[in-house]
Amino acid sequence: MHGFANPARFLRLARWLMPLLLVPGLILAFGALAWGVLVVPPDRLMGDTVRILFIHVPCVWLGMAGWSMIAISSIVELVWRHPLANIAARAAAVPGAVFTALGLATGSIWGRPTWGTWWVWDGRLTSFLILLFLYLGYIALASASQRDMAAGGGASRVTAIFGLVGAINIPIINRSVVWWNSLHQPPSITMGRSSIDGTFQWPLLIAAIGFSLIFGGVVLARMRMLLADIQAEARLRRKAMG
Amino acid sequence: MHEQMNQWDFVVAALGIGVVGTLVLVGWTLWAMVRAERRRDRVRGK
Repeated sequence: MHGFANPARFLRLARWLMPLLLVPGLILAFGALAWGVLVVPPDRLMGDTVRILFIHVPCVWLGMAGWSMIAISSIVELVWRHPLANIAARAAAVPGAVFTALGLATGSIWGRPTWGTWWVWDGRLTSFLILLFLYLGYIALASASQRDMAAGGGASRVTAIFGLVGAINIPIINRSVVWWNSLHQPPSITMGRSSIDGTFQWPLLIAAIGFSLIFGGVVLARMRMLLADIQAEARLRRKAMG
Repeated sequence: MHEQMNQWDFVVAALGIGVVGTLVLVGWTLWAMVRAERRRDRVRGK
């Protein structure tokens, strides 16, 4: 793992890996959406609104996966002080926030014709909205810590601790439909078991893989961007000090 | 009297938001990355 502590080595890997994730990701994700819209029949209970789930479920999954990545990178930063861990965590924050917002928006649009309401303050929806606020807080804190680091401070550890503490919300989101009464259905896919018919499950699985690849490509691109910013700032500081 | 809703309106709205949101995220990220790397290369070249 520490082999990639060298930014030049990481950049060499990221340069060829990023398009390798983005291009197949876009093809798989949008292909699965087209499959879900054009081929899959309407569901017996949900009707045509079942097609919304092919985008809603991957977005929700990536909202939670994004924060899990922040939490794991924060542990790596705090315990092993890996130089790229802080950059990886910061790179996951914006795509994680975007997919969380998209998950909330598409879920709300699905809820109106299915439940008869855009929003209910139940455990699942509320804990997922809290995840979006946690992301916004993390992005603000990471931005402030970047300025502090540039001034020679050590605020990045505060960001890592925030990332770790916020991870408490992930199992709450996951178990919310089991712990509390909710309009939201219980988990359809658990470890080794699925209650979804194959007609819907395959395009859903391919959409989830496609969006995950897009997420990976976006994180790598953001890591390259953050590294380039750090390298430019360091160069300018060295020049300013003569 | 029951409210009549066309389910396809909701499908199109949700897929539209999802697809446009994803494409904007990818495009904006790539643009920001290229801009940051160009700035770094400019600073190195000075």
